[in-house]
Amino acid sequence: MISTDILIIGAGPTGLFTVFEAGLLKLKCHLIDALPQPGGQCSEIYPKKPIYDIPAYPEILAGDLTDKLLEQCKQFEPGFTLGERAETIEKQDDGSFIVTTNKGTKHHAPVVAIAGGLGSFEPRKPLTPNIADFEDKGVEYIIKDPEIYRNKKVVIAGGGDSALDWSIFLADVASEVTLIHRRNEFRGHLDSVEKVQELKNQGKINLVTPAEVMGIIGNGHVEGVVVKQSGEEPKEFNIECDHFVPLFGLSPKLGPIANWGLEIEKNAIKVNNALDYQTNIPGVFAIGDVNTYPGKLKLILCGFHEATLMCQAAYQIINPGKKYVLKYTTVSGVHGFDGTSKTAPKAVVKKIE
Amino acid sequence: MNQEDVKITITDRDGVSHNIDAPTDMAMNLMEVVRAYELAPEGTIGICGGMAMCASCQCYVKSDHKLPEMQDDEEAMLSEAFYVKDNSRLGCQIQINPDMDGLEVELAPES
Repeated sequence: MISTDILIIGAGPTGLFTVFEAGLLKLKCHLIDALPQPGGQCSEIYPKKPIYDIPAYPEILAGDLTDKLLEQCKQFEPGFTLGERAETIEKQDDGSFIVTTNKGTKHHAPVVAIAGGLGSFEPRKPLTPNIADFEDKGVEYIIKDPEIYRNKKVVIAGGGDSALDWSIFLADVASEVTLIHRRNEFRGHLDSVEKVQELKNQGKINLVTPAEVMGIIGNGHVEGVVVKQSGEEPKEFNIECDHFVPLFGLSPKLGPIANWGLEIEKNAIKVNNALDYQTNIPGVFAIGDVNTYPGKLKLILCGFHEATLMCQAAYQIINPGKKYVLKYTTVSGVHGFDGTSKTAPKAVVKKIE
Repeated sequence: MNQEDVKITITDRDGVSHNIDAPTDMAMNLMEVVRAYELAPEGTIGICGGMAMCASCQCYVKSDHKLPEMQDDEEAMLSEAFYVKDNSRLGCQIQINPDMDGLEVELAPES
Protein backbone atom coordinates (compact mmCIF):
# COMPACT_ATOMS: atom_id res chain seq x y z
CA MET A 1 0.00 0.00 0.00
CA ILE A 2 1.30 3.41 -1.01
CA SER A 3 0.59 6.10 1.60
CA THR A 4 0.70 9.84 0.99
CA ASP A 5 -0.96 13.11 2.03
CA ILE A 6 -2.54 14.11 -1.27
CA LEU A 7 -3.22 11.46 -3.88
CA ILE A 8 -3.34 13.16 -7.27
CA ILE A 9 -5.08 11.44 -10.15
CA GLY A 10 -3.52 12.73 -13.35
CA ALA A 11 0.10 13.79 -13.88
CA GLY A 12 -0.59 16.64 -16.30
CA PRO A 13 0.45 20.25 -15.67
CA THR A 14 -2.20 20.83 -12.98
CA GLY A 15 -1.28 17.65 -11.11
CA LEU A 16 2.44 18.42 -11.27
CA PHE A 17 2.01 21.97 -9.99
CA THR A 18 -0.10 20.61 -7.11
CA VAL A 19 3.03 18.77 -5.93
CA PHE A 20 4.86 22.08 -5.62
CA GLU A 21 2.09 23.96 -3.84
CA ALA A 22 1.47 21.01 -1.49
CA GLY A 23 5.21 20.80 -0.81
CA LEU A 24 5.28 24.40 0.40
CA LEU A 25 2.73 23.28 3.00
CA LYS A 26 4.86 20.23 3.90
CA LEU A 27 2.33 17.86 2.33
CA LYS A 28 3.56 14.87 0.32
CA CYS A 29 2.01 13.87 -3.00
CA HIS A 30 1.70 10.75 -5.09
CA LEU A 31 0.42 10.77 -8.67
CA ILE A 32 -1.41 8.10 -10.68
CA ASP A 33 -1.56 8.35 -14.47
CA ALA A 34 -2.72 5.95 -17.16
CA LEU A 35 0.04 7.17 -19.49
CA PRO A 36 3.55 5.77 -19.08
CA GLN A 37 5.04 9.27 -18.71
CA PRO A 38 4.08 12.47 -16.83
CA GLY A 39 2.75 15.54 -18.66
CA GLY A 40 -0.75 14.46 -19.67
CA GLN A 41 -1.96 15.92 -22.94
CA CYS A 42 1.12 18.15 -23.09
CA SER A 43 3.38 15.14 -23.53
CA GLU A 44 0.95 12.76 -25.23
CA ILE A 45 -0.83 14.91 -27.81
CA TYR A 46 1.20 18.02 -28.49
CA PRO A 47 4.72 18.00 -26.95
CA LYS A 48 6.17 19.98 -29.86
CA LYS A 49 3.43 22.63 -29.97
CA PRO A 50 4.01 26.06 -28.44
CA ILE A 51 1.80 27.50 -25.68
CA TYR A 52 1.58 31.29 -25.47
CA ASP A 53 -0.52 31.90 -22.36
CA ILE A 54 1.64 30.56 -19.54
CA PRO A 55 2.40 33.62 -17.38
CA ALA A 56 5.99 34.86 -17.83
CA TYR A 57 6.61 32.50 -20.74
CA PRO A 58 5.93 34.39 -24.00
CA GLU A 59 6.29 31.00 -25.69
CA ILE A 60 6.99 27.53 -24.35
CA LEU A 61 6.68 24.10 -25.95
CA ALA A 62 4.21 21.83 -24.17
CA GLY A 63 6.94 19.22 -23.66
CA ASP A 64 9.25 21.83 -22.14
CA LEU A 65 6.50 23.00 -19.80
CA THR A 66 6.24 19.45 -18.47
CA ASP A 67 10.02 19.32 -17.93
CA LYS A 68 9.97 22.66 -16.09
CA LEU A 69 7.09 21.59 -13.85
CA LEU A 70 8.91 18.35 -13.00
CA GLU A 71 12.04 20.34 -12.17
CA GLN A 72 10.05 22.79 -10.05
CA CYS A 73 8.46 20.06 -7.91
CA LYS A 74 11.45 17.68 -7.82
CA GLN A 75 12.58 18.56 -4.26
CA PHE A 76 9.17 17.54 -2.94
CA GLU A 77 9.86 13.99 -4.12
CA PRO A 78 6.51 13.07 -5.67
CA GLY A 79 5.75 9.37 -6.07
CA PHE A 80 4.40 8.09 -9.37
CA THR A 81 2.21 5.16 -10.37
CA LEU A 82 2.41 5.43 -14.15
CA GLY A 83 0.77 3.31 -16.83
CA GLU A 84 -2.09 2.45 -14.46
CA ARG A 85 -5.60 3.82 -14.36
CA ALA A 86 -7.35 4.74 -11.11
CA GLU A 87 -10.27 2.34 -10.99
CA THR A 88 -12.04 2.40 -7.62
CA ILE A 89 -12.23 4.62 -4.54
CA GLU A 90 -13.26 3.42 -1.08
CA LYS A 91 -13.90 5.76 1.81
CA GLN A 92 -12.48 4.48 5.10
CA ASP A 93 -14.03 4.89 8.56
CA ASP A 94 -11.51 7.60 9.44
CA GLY A 95 -12.53 9.66 6.37
CA SER A 96 -9.45 8.74 4.32
CA PHE A 97 -9.55 7.01 0.95
CA ILE A 98 -8.11 3.93 -0.71
CA VAL A 99 -7.78 4.25 -4.48
CA THR A 100 -7.00 1.08 -6.44
CA THR A 101 -5.71 1.00 -10.01
CA ASN A 102 -6.65 -1.38 -12.81
CA LYS A 103 -3.50 -3.34 -11.94
CA GLY A 104 -4.44 -3.63 -8.29
CA THR A 105 -1.97 -1.07 -6.88
CA LYS A 106 -3.49 0.42 -3.72
CA HIS A 107 -3.00 4.02 -2.57
CA HIS A 108 -4.05 5.44 0.79
CA ALA A 109 -4.49 9.19 1.45
CA PRO A 110 -6.64 11.56 3.50
CA VAL A 111 -7.16 13.79 0.44
CA VAL A 112 -7.73 12.88 -3.22
CA ALA A 113 -7.25 15.49 -5.94
CA ILE A 114 -8.61 14.52 -9.34
CA ALA A 115 -6.58 16.39 -11.95
CA GLY A 116 -7.63 14.08 -14.74
CA GLY A 117 -8.02 16.47 -17.67
CA LEU A 118 -10.37 14.97 -20.21
CA GLY A 119 -9.95 11.53 -18.66
CA SER A 120 -7.49 8.70 -19.00
CA PHE A 121 -6.00 8.05 -22.42
CA GLU A 122 -7.21 4.85 -24.03
CA PRO A 123 -5.95 3.47 -27.33
CA ARG A 124 -8.19 4.12 -30.31
CA LYS A 125 -9.26 0.74 -31.61
CA PRO A 126 -9.70 0.29 -35.36
CA LEU A 127 -13.01 -0.96 -36.72
CA THR A 128 -11.54 -4.23 -38.11
CA PRO A 129 -14.54 -6.61 -37.86
CA ASN A 130 -13.24 -9.53 -35.78
CA ILE A 131 -10.48 -7.70 -33.91
CA ALA A 132 -12.18 -7.99 -30.49
CA ASP A 133 -11.90 -11.80 -30.66
CA PHE A 134 -8.10 -11.54 -30.72
CA GLU A 135 -7.45 -8.90 -28.04
CA ASP A 136 -4.55 -10.15 -25.91
CA LYS A 137 -4.39 -13.18 -28.23
CA GLY A 138 -1.94 -11.55 -30.58
CA VAL A 139 -3.65 -8.16 -30.95
CA GLU A 140 -2.16 -5.41 -28.79
CA TYR A 141 -3.15 -1.74 -28.96
CA ILE A 142 -0.22 -0.60 -26.81
CA ILE A 143 3.26 -2.06 -26.72
CA LYS A 144 4.08 -2.65 -23.08
CA ASP A 145 6.80 -5.27 -23.25
CA PRO A 146 8.68 -5.37 -26.57
CA GLU A 147 10.29 -8.67 -25.56
CA ILE A 148 7.10 -10.59 -26.34
CA TYR A 149 7.80 -9.86 -30.01
CA ARG A 150 11.29 -11.39 -30.00
CA ASN A 151 11.71 -13.66 -33.03
CA LYS A 152 8.00 -13.25 -33.88
CA LYS A 153 6.34 -11.95 -37.01
CA VAL A 154 4.71 -8.62 -36.31
CA VAL A 155 2.32 -6.47 -38.36
CA ILE A 156 2.00 -2.84 -37.26
CA ALA A 157 -0.70 -0.51 -38.61
CA GLY A 158 -0.71 3.28 -38.39
CA GLY A 159 0.93 6.35 -39.85
CA GLY A 160 2.09 8.43 -36.91
CA ASP A 161 5.11 8.59 -34.65
CA SER A 162 4.30 5.56 -32.53
CA ALA A 163 3.80 3.31 -35.59
CA LEU A 164 7.10 4.53 -37.05
CA ASP A 165 9.09 4.39 -33.82
CA TRP A 166 7.92 0.90 -32.88
CA SER A 167 8.56 -0.39 -36.41
CA ILE A 168 12.12 0.87 -36.10
CA PHE A 169 12.58 -0.59 -32.64
CA LEU A 170 11.06 -3.97 -33.45
CA ALA A 171 13.07 -4.32 -36.66
CA ASP A 172 15.92 -5.52 -34.42
CA VAL A 173 13.76 -7.63 -32.12
CA ALA A 174 11.12 -9.35 -34.22
CA SER A 175 11.92 -11.85 -36.96
CA GLU A 176 9.75 -9.89 -39.41
CA VAL A 177 8.16 -6.43 -39.23
CA THR A 178 5.46 -5.25 -41.61
CA LEU A 179 4.19 -1.68 -41.47
CA ILE A 180 0.80 -1.00 -43.04
CA HIS A 181 -0.61 2.47 -43.59
CA ARG A 182 -3.53 3.88 -45.53
CA ARG A 183 -1.32 6.35 -47.38
CA ASN A 184 2.20 6.45 -48.76
CA GLU A 185 2.94 9.50 -46.62
CA PHE A 186 3.73 9.22 -42.93
CA ARG A 187 3.42 11.91 -40.33
CA GLY A 188 6.24 11.77 -37.85
CA HIS A 189 9.57 13.27 -36.97
CA LEU A 190 11.69 13.58 -40.07
CA ASP A 191 14.44 11.31 -38.70
CA SER A 192 11.88 8.57 -37.92
CA VAL A 193 10.51 8.71 -41.46
CA GLU A 194 14.05 8.59 -42.88
CA LYS A 195 15.03 5.70 -40.62
CA VAL A 196 12.02 3.65 -41.75
CA GLN A 197 12.95 4.40 -45.37
CA GLU A 198 16.48 3.15 -44.68
CA LEU A 199 15.24 -0.03 -42.96
CA LYS A 200 12.84 -0.63 -45.81
CA ASN A 201 15.68 -0.33 -48.32
CA GLN A 202 17.71 -2.82 -46.26
CA GLY A 203 14.75 -5.20 -46.28
CA LYS A 204 14.36 -5.03 -42.49
CA ILE A 205 10.89 -3.50 -42.64
CA ASN A 206 8.28 -4.71 -45.06
CA LEU A 207 6.24 -1.62 -46.01
CA VAL A 208 2.73 -2.06 -47.41
CA THR A 209 1.03 1.18 -48.52
CA PRO A 210 -1.56 2.42 -49.31
CA ALA A 211 -3.31 -0.42 -47.58
CA GLU A 212 -5.61 -1.40 -44.77
CA VAL A 213 -6.06 -4.45 -42.57
CA MET A 214 -9.52 -5.82 -43.28
CA GLY A 215 -9.64 -8.81 -40.97
CA ILE A 216 -7.68 -11.15 -38.76
CA ILE A 217 -7.00 -14.82 -39.37
CA GLY A 218 -6.43 -17.29 -36.61
CA ASN A 219 -7.86 -19.92 -34.34
CA GLY A 220 -7.65 -18.71 -30.76
CA HIS A 221 -4.53 -16.68 -31.61
CA VAL A 222 -3.49 -14.37 -34.43
CA GLU A 223 -2.03 -16.31 -37.35
CA GLY A 224 -2.27 -13.61 -39.99
CA VAL A 225 -4.09 -10.55 -41.30
CA VAL A 226 -6.09 -9.86 -44.44
CA VAL A 227 -4.72 -6.82 -46.23
CA LYS A 228 -6.40 -4.74 -48.90
CA GLN A 229 -3.96 -2.70 -50.92
CA SER A 230 -5.28 0.13 -53.07
CA GLY A 231 -3.33 2.12 -55.65
CA GLU A 232 -2.85 1.27 -59.31
CA GLU A 233 -3.47 -2.44 -58.96
CA PRO A 234 -5.80 -3.01 -56.03
CA LYS A 235 -5.44 -6.44 -54.46
CA GLU A 236 -6.31 -8.37 -51.36
CA PHE A 237 -3.89 -10.81 -49.75
CA ASN A 238 -2.92 -12.40 -46.44
CA ILE A 239 0.18 -11.72 -44.37
CA GLU A 240 1.24 -14.43 -41.95
CA CYS A 241 2.04 -13.06 -38.49
CA ASP A 242 2.00 -13.81 -34.75
CA HIS A 243 1.04 -10.32 -33.64
CA PHE A 244 -1.05 -7.47 -35.02
CA VAL A 245 -0.40 -4.10 -33.38
CA PRO A 246 -2.69 -1.27 -34.52
CA LEU A 247 -1.26 2.08 -33.34
CA PHE A 248 -3.83 4.79 -34.07
CA GLY A 249 -3.19 7.11 -31.16
CA LEU A 250 -4.97 7.55 -27.88
CA SER A 251 -8.14 9.34 -26.93
CA PRO A 252 -9.19 10.44 -23.45
CA LYS A 253 -12.19 8.93 -21.70
CA LEU A 254 -13.52 9.97 -18.28
CA GLY A 255 -13.69 6.23 -17.54
CA PRO A 256 -14.14 4.71 -14.07
CA ILE A 257 -14.11 8.11 -12.31
CA ALA A 258 -17.61 8.61 -13.73
CA ASN A 259 -18.78 5.83 -11.37
CA TRP A 260 -17.31 7.24 -8.17
CA GLY A 261 -20.53 8.95 -7.08
CA LEU A 262 -19.29 12.38 -8.10
CA GLU A 263 -21.66 14.95 -9.55
CA ILE A 264 -20.94 15.03 -13.27
CA GLU A 265 -22.05 17.70 -15.70
CA LYS A 266 -21.00 17.88 -19.35
CA ASN A 267 -18.39 15.16 -18.89
CA ALA A 268 -16.74 17.12 -16.06
CA ILE A 269 -16.90 17.01 -12.26
CA LYS A 270 -18.89 19.72 -10.51
CA VAL A 271 -16.97 21.53 -7.78
CA ASN A 272 -17.42 24.36 -5.34
CA ASN A 273 -15.49 27.16 -7.00
CA ALA A 274 -16.48 29.73 -4.36
CA LEU A 275 -14.27 27.94 -1.85
CA ASP A 276 -11.80 25.19 -2.58
CA TYR A 277 -12.77 23.09 -5.65
CA GLN A 278 -14.11 20.29 -3.46
CA THR A 279 -16.55 17.85 -5.09
CA ASN A 280 -19.77 16.54 -3.55
CA ILE A 281 -17.60 13.96 -1.71
CA PRO A 282 -15.78 15.73 1.17
CA GLY A 283 -12.03 15.15 0.86
CA VAL A 284 -12.20 14.62 -2.90
CA PHE A 285 -11.27 17.64 -5.00
CA ALA A 286 -11.28 18.15 -8.77
CA ILE A 287 -8.91 20.64 -10.39
CA GLY A 288 -7.92 21.62 -13.91
CA ASP A 289 -9.75 20.63 -17.09
CA VAL A 290 -11.63 17.81 -15.35
CA ASN A 291 -13.83 20.12 -13.25
CA THR A 292 -16.66 22.45 -14.08
CA TYR A 293 -18.31 25.46 -12.40
CA PRO A 294 -19.99 28.63 -13.65
CA GLY A 295 -17.54 30.48 -15.87
CA LYS A 296 -15.04 27.60 -16.05
CA LEU A 297 -12.21 27.97 -18.56
CA LYS A 298 -10.14 24.94 -19.53
CA LEU A 299 -6.76 26.63 -19.39
CA ILE A 300 -3.53 25.39 -17.84
CA LEU A 301 -3.13 28.64 -15.93
CA CYS A 302 -6.59 28.21 -14.34
CA GLY A 303 -5.57 24.71 -13.25
CA PHE A 304 -2.54 26.18 -11.46
CA HIS A 305 -4.74 28.57 -9.49
CA GLU A 306 -7.25 25.85 -8.62
CA ALA A 307 -4.43 23.57 -7.44
CA THR A 308 -3.08 26.29 -5.14
CA LEU A 309 -6.41 26.92 -3.40
CA MET A 310 -7.16 23.20 -3.19
CA CYS A 311 -3.88 22.62 -1.30
CA GLN A 312 -4.97 25.09 1.40
CA ALA A 313 -8.17 23.11 1.94
CA ALA A 314 -6.18 19.86 1.98
CA TYR A 315 -3.93 21.36 4.67
CA GLN A 316 -6.95 22.05 6.87
CA ILE A 317 -8.22 18.47 6.43
CA ILE A 318 -4.83 16.97 7.25
CA ASN A 319 -4.00 19.43 10.06
CA PRO A 320 -7.41 20.23 11.58
CA GLY A 321 -7.58 23.43 13.62
CA LYS A 322 -3.98 24.39 12.88
CA LYS A 323 -3.38 28.07 12.19
CA TYR A 324 -1.80 28.83 8.87
CA VAL A 325 -0.27 32.03 7.54
CA LEU A 326 0.60 32.40 3.88
CA LYS A 327 4.34 32.59 3.35
CA TYR A 328 5.90 33.98 0.20
CA THR A 329 8.60 31.84 -1.38
CA THR A 330 10.75 34.96 -1.82
CA VAL A 331 10.72 35.41 1.97
CA SER A 332 10.73 31.82 3.22
CA GLY A 333 12.42 30.03 0.35
CA VAL A 334 11.64 26.49 -0.71
CA HIS A 335 12.67 23.65 1.57
CA GLY A 336 12.54 20.27 -0.12
CA PHE A 337 11.82 16.89 1.43
CA ASP A 338 15.13 15.78 -0.07
CA GLY A 339 17.07 18.12 2.25
CA THR A 340 17.74 20.81 -0.37
CA SER A 341 16.87 24.43 0.26
CA LYS A 342 16.47 27.43 -1.97
CA THR A 343 16.40 30.89 -0.41
CA ALA A 344 16.80 34.43 -1.63
CA PRO A 345 20.35 35.72 -1.06
CA LYS A 346 20.63 38.16 1.83
CA ALA A 347 21.22 41.81 0.97
CA VAL A 348 24.72 43.05 1.56
CA VAL A 349 24.85 45.48 4.47
CA LYS A 350 28.20 47.16 4.55
CA LYS A 351 29.49 50.54 5.41
CA ILE A 352 30.90 52.70 2.62
CA GLU A 353 33.94 54.57 3.82
CA MET B 1 -29.94 37.04 -37.60
CA ASN B 2 -26.86 39.15 -37.60
CA GLN B 3 -25.69 40.48 -40.93
CA GLU B 4 -22.35 38.73 -40.51
CA ASP B 5 -23.94 35.33 -39.86
CA VAL B 6 -24.31 32.44 -42.28
CA LYS B 7 -26.89 29.66 -42.09
CA ILE B 8 -25.40 26.21 -41.58
CA THR B 9 -27.11 22.85 -41.19
CA ILE B 10 -25.35 20.46 -38.84
CA THR B 11 -26.57 16.90 -38.34
CA ASP B 12 -25.46 15.66 -34.92
CA ARG B 13 -24.34 12.13 -34.01
CA ASP B 14 -27.93 11.12 -33.20
CA GLY B 15 -29.04 12.08 -36.70
CA VAL B 16 -30.84 15.26 -35.63
CA SER B 17 -30.45 18.25 -37.96
CA HIS B 18 -29.88 21.71 -36.55
CA ASN B 19 -30.19 24.89 -38.59
CA ILE B 20 -27.95 27.38 -36.90
CA ASP B 21 -26.49 30.84 -37.42
CA ALA B 22 -22.71 30.83 -37.51
CA PRO B 23 -20.82 34.10 -37.11
CA THR B 24 -18.24 34.96 -39.75
CA ASP B 25 -16.69 37.82 -37.78
CA MET B 26 -15.44 35.95 -34.73
CA ALA B 27 -12.64 33.84 -36.20
CA MET B 28 -14.66 30.71 -35.42
CA ASN B 29 -14.14 27.35 -37.04
CA LEU B 30 -16.76 24.67 -37.57
CA MET B 31 -15.64 22.65 -34.54
CA GLU B 32 -16.04 25.72 -32.33
CA VAL B 33 -19.50 26.39 -33.76
CA VAL B 34 -20.53 22.83 -32.85
CA ARG B 35 -19.23 23.37 -29.33
CA ALA B 36 -20.81 26.81 -28.98
CA TYR B 37 -24.21 25.32 -29.83
CA GLU B 38 -23.46 22.18 -27.75
CA LEU B 39 -24.35 19.84 -30.62
CA ALA B 40 -21.94 17.20 -29.26
CA PRO B 41 -21.17 16.54 -25.58
CA GLU B 42 -18.16 18.34 -24.11
CA GLY B 43 -15.15 16.07 -24.10
CA THR B 44 -16.22 14.29 -27.30
CA ILE B 45 -15.32 17.05 -29.77
CA GLY B 46 -12.34 19.35 -30.07
CA ILE B 47 -10.27 17.21 -27.72
CA CYS B 48 -6.92 18.52 -29.00
CA GLY B 49 -8.29 22.06 -29.01
CA GLY B 50 -8.17 22.48 -32.78
CA MET B 51 -4.66 21.40 -33.76
CA ALA B 52 -5.77 18.75 -36.28
CA MET B 53 -4.32 16.17 -33.92
CA CYS B 54 -7.26 14.08 -32.76
CA ALA B 55 -10.02 13.87 -35.45
CA SER B 56 -12.76 14.19 -32.81
CA CYS B 57 -14.32 16.97 -34.94
CA GLN B 58 -14.44 14.91 -38.14
CA CYS B 59 -17.51 15.69 -40.23
CA TYR B 60 -18.91 14.81 -43.63
CA VAL B 61 -19.56 17.71 -46.01
CA LYS B 62 -22.95 17.12 -47.68
CA SER B 63 -23.30 20.29 -49.78
CA ASP B 64 -20.99 21.25 -52.65
CA HIS B 65 -19.54 24.40 -51.12
CA LYS B 66 -16.00 25.27 -51.95
CA LEU B 67 -14.12 24.90 -48.69
CA PRO B 68 -10.57 25.89 -47.78
CA GLU B 69 -8.13 23.40 -49.25
CA MET B 70 -6.91 20.60 -47.02
CA GLN B 71 -3.47 21.15 -45.54
CA ASP B 72 -0.93 18.38 -44.92
CA ASP B 73 -1.66 17.98 -41.20
CA GLU B 74 -5.42 17.61 -41.76
CA GLU B 75 -4.84 15.07 -44.51
CA ALA B 76 -2.40 13.13 -42.33
CA MET B 77 -4.81 13.08 -39.39
CA LEU B 78 -7.69 11.89 -41.56
CA SER B 79 -5.51 9.11 -42.91
CA GLU B 80 -5.29 7.74 -39.36
CA ALA B 81 -8.88 8.40 -38.32
CA PHE B 82 -11.80 5.96 -38.42
CA TYR B 83 -15.10 6.22 -40.31
CA VAL B 84 -13.36 8.34 -42.96
CA LYS B 85 -15.21 8.95 -46.22
CA ASP B 86 -14.33 10.88 -49.37
CA ASN B 87 -16.17 13.94 -48.02
CA SER B 88 -14.53 13.86 -44.57
CA ARG B 89 -13.05 17.03 -43.18
CA LEU B 90 -11.85 18.17 -39.76
CA GLY B 91 -14.20 20.87 -38.48
CA CYS B 92 -11.37 22.64 -36.68
CA GLN B 93 -9.66 23.36 -39.99
CA ILE B 94 -12.68 25.06 -41.56
CA GLN B 95 -12.93 28.73 -40.69
CA ILE B 96 -16.47 30.07 -41.11
CA ASN B 97 -16.64 32.65 -43.91
CA PRO B 98 -19.45 34.39 -45.86
CA ASP B 99 -19.19 31.89 -48.76
CA MET B 100 -20.39 29.10 -46.48
CA ASP B 101 -24.01 30.19 -46.32
CA GLY B 102 -26.17 27.08 -46.70
CA LEU B 103 -23.36 24.67 -45.82
CA GLU B 104 -24.54 21.20 -44.75
CA VAL B 105 -22.40 18.90 -42.66
CA GLU B 106 -22.86 15.78 -40.58
CA LEU B 107 -20.75 14.90 -37.55
CA ALA B 108 -18.83 11.64 -37.88
CA PRO B 109 -19.31 9.04 -35.13
CA GLU B 110 -17.25 9.35 -31.96
CA SER B 111 -14.21 7.09 -31.91
